[in-house]
Amino acid sequence: MALATDVPKDGFRLSKLVYDTRYRGYTIQIIVLVLFLLFIGWMINNVVANLAALGKPFNFSFLWTRAGYDIEQTLVPYTNDNSHARAWMVGLANTLAIAIPGCFLATILGVFVGVLRLSKNWLIGALMRVYVEIFRNIPLLLWILIIAEPMRQFTPEPKDFRITPEMEAAGQLPAASMWFNDSMALSTRGINAPLPLFERPLGSLDLGLFSVNLTFLTALIVISASLWANRRVRASARIVQEATGDRPTTWWKSLLILVAPFVAFLYFTGFHLEYPTLTRFNFSGGILIQHAYSAMLIALVLYTAAFIAEIVRAGILAISRGQSEAAFALGLRPGRTMNLVILPQAMRVIIPPLISQFLNLTKNTSLAIAVSYMDLRATLGGITLNQTGRELECMLLMMANYLVLSLLISSVANIYNRSIQLKER
Amino acid sequence: MSDLSYVRTDMLPQQAPPLGQRGVVKWLRENLFSSLTNGAMTLIALYVIWYLASALFPWLANSMWAPTSVNECREILASTVGEGAGGACWGVIRERWHQWLFGFYPPESYWRPILAFVLLFAALAPILFDRVPKQVLYFTLIYPAICFWLLWGGSIWMPVVAMFGFVVLGLVYRVAQPIIGVAPGAAAGVIAAVLWWLFLDAPVVSTLAAIAPIGITPVPSSDFGGFLLATTIGVTAIAFSLPFGILLALGRQSDMPLVKYLSVGFIEFIRGVPLITLLFSASLLLMYFMPPGTKFDIILRVIILVTLFAAAYLAEVIRGGLAALPRGQYEAADALGLDYWRAQRLIILPQALKISIPSIVSTFIGLFKDTTLVSFVGLLDPLRGVTTIVRADLAWKASYWEPYIFVGAIFFVICFGMSRYSMYLENKLKTDHR
Repeated sequence: MALATDVPKDGFRLSKLVYDTRYRGYTIQIIVLVLFLLFIGWMINNVVANLAALGKPFNFSFLWTRAGYDIEQTLVPYTNDNSHARAWMVGLANTLAIAIPGCFLATILGVFVGVLRLSKNWLIGALMRVYVEIFRNIPLLLWILIIAEPMRQFTPEPKDFRITPEMEAAGQLPAASMWFNDSMALSTRGINAPLPLFERPLGSLDLGLFSVNLTFLTALIVISASLWANRRVRASARIVQEATGDRPTTWWKSLLILVAPFVAFLYFTGFHLEYPTLTRFNFSGGILIQHAYSAMLIALVLYTAAFIAEIVRAGILAISRGQSEAAFALGLRPGRTMNLVILPQAMRVIIPPLISQFLNLTKNTSLAIAVSYMDLRATLGGITLNQTGRELECMLLMMANYLVLSLLISSVANIYNRSIQLKER
Repeated sequence: MSDLSYVRTDMLPQQAPPLGQRGVVKWLRENLFSSLTNGAMTLIALYVIWYLASALFPWLANSMWAPTSVNECREILASTVGEGAGGACWGVIRERWHQWLFGFYPPESYWRPILAFVLLFAALAPILFDRVPKQVLYFTLIYPAICFWLLWGGSIWMPVVAMFGFVVLGLVYRVAQPIIGVAPGAAAGVIAAVLWWLFLDAPVVSTLAAIAPIGITPVPSSDFGGFLLATTIGVTAIAFSLPFGILLALGRQSDMPLVKYLSVGFIEFIRGVPLITLLFSASLLLMYFMPPGTKFDIILRVIILVTLFAAAYLAEVIRGGLAALPRGQYEAADALGLDYWRAQRLIILPQALKISIPSIVSTFIGLFKDTTLVSFVGLLDPLRGVTTIVRADLAWKASYWEPYIFVGAIFFVICFGMSRYSMYLENKLKTDHR
């Protein structure tokens, strides 16, 4: 009978650092750490030497000096007397003004196209397939340029909207006309649209770098409060339904809760629209939506939606056929099968890649440089950088900014993802 | 058998299905008009197609290749078709196609990029198709040097001596590996090669060039443009980002916390910022991190940053493949007594890479499309850079759609081809029987 011999208890030898798998990990990590620190040290050393040679100390005080340049679209109050830091905030707001609506619209269009691609209708399926393939295989930059340039070049001039007395006498119509009962106009300058105004605004809260519009904030609070109240109503109806089998009618309650508070809010703040009117050479009043903004938004939505459509299609195909067959066996119609059975399950597959599409869309807003839209890159990483010559500081701030944005989006989306994942016990 | 004459003794031939149940009609009924909503959707789709076709067709039907300016095009259109008629004016493509393909590369040297492109397929053949003899792989190994020499020109000794650095690496590894093991041996080889490039490369090149001055006309990087530039950046970045991405993915899966967190930090940083900021870093910032006075080529700087960018995305894709492998594969490799690198090379990576092929190829497609962004750091990409140059010519100033359609079509063919190839590869490597 063989006896198990004890493991020889020899002491620690230096050679074990290389040959013993228990210690080798430490050796490698120490070597990596030393190399990494040497590399970082070498780079910092170079940066210090280069900055000293150029006579540029590394600090961020330039942010508080006067910016001195104008920005066309400002969601945060801004004049060229404000600081560079304020201009940075304006740029950030402009970036978000594309990214947030872009994510929503791209999701809606993407889900729509993805579902239609699986349609039994051959023609619709083929059409959607052509759309997806064309947009996925051609660079985004081309879509931005191809949408922006005709908007600027082939649209009517503001003067084409005018009607002179001679033309009126001759019974001629102006070369171009406004849309939606004379409330919107598409011209070379941009899209003139009605501007929502409040007679009794709640003012704004200035927080130094940026200011918070209290009216807008209150509107958001009112909307979210009514959404929350509506959920409570539906939840209580559900409890009643599960206890008794009869669902109490809630539609009028929901309607009241969703609509009444918002209407009251609009009434008390004196909401009205200011329509653009044609003056001698241009439109005045209302709000001017830059073509750069519309083109960026349209291009990003169309491009990202093509990717989202593929994700949605893959997610739906990942659900086994048995699920839809079971739903049909229960007598559900195709539309309800999709809404109640397939999509909720497909969501679990769809959400993670969808998050990375949101991140891509947000990062792709930096392509606004192609149409000179004043986003984060154009203010902080563009004009401010060129005016102050602080490449290192501006680029670091800008990268940190995009990193924070990405982290925010992915953490919000991850919270949602966790809430819909299958709860396994 | 009595004479029941009304009973048939022979089988009747099968009748064709009724008209509504066969051929085109059946297909139409099943695929386009199976229900009321389906029929309505078909009509909407037909309307959309008709709308697009009626907008595009006259424009394409009035295409012209001969005119030498947009104004000439318009005059001909006004006289032949009528005032205000639209028509494609492809003269701009006929006259300037070479700029979209080669930028300002000297025309008498066009054979060099073309030869490099053809050789690229010869070099890729053993990787793409398994029927090609494996000896061609040696050609693949020296291809980067050939390509560099053909594109940039100059003395032949520069790429030769630079490639010799890899020979040094291999020799040192051969000698050192039996003595000190795989990883330290490889490290010693790399150190030897780096020493070769840093200290011996330049003097050897100048000596050899003085002895035997063989070379072709050098072409500066500023002359590169169009699809030549896009392919140069794209192919180089793809080739270098794959090994780097694999290393990063392995680093992220590593048991060593330090290696793991460094990889995670690198990957998340690169993935969190837009490519444009990285390209601007290449053009504005990279100099700050180099020893004072260092100057190197803008194309090289862009390639480095694009490679890092693609590597971070690839690392995530490959990590997905690694995570999808069943735990048993890792355990089986351990049970066979394979060390870490052998296990990765022989068991883990072949399976993990196979799983992630579709995502790897779509990362490559994204990378190739992103090469258009280099126009923002002053390089002549085909989409914006060259088109701007062509439009600077008064004759073609008003030419809007034609350049974009031309460039977009080429991008579409390349990217679509890549995605089709990935499907072919996926089918070829499929080993599960489902």
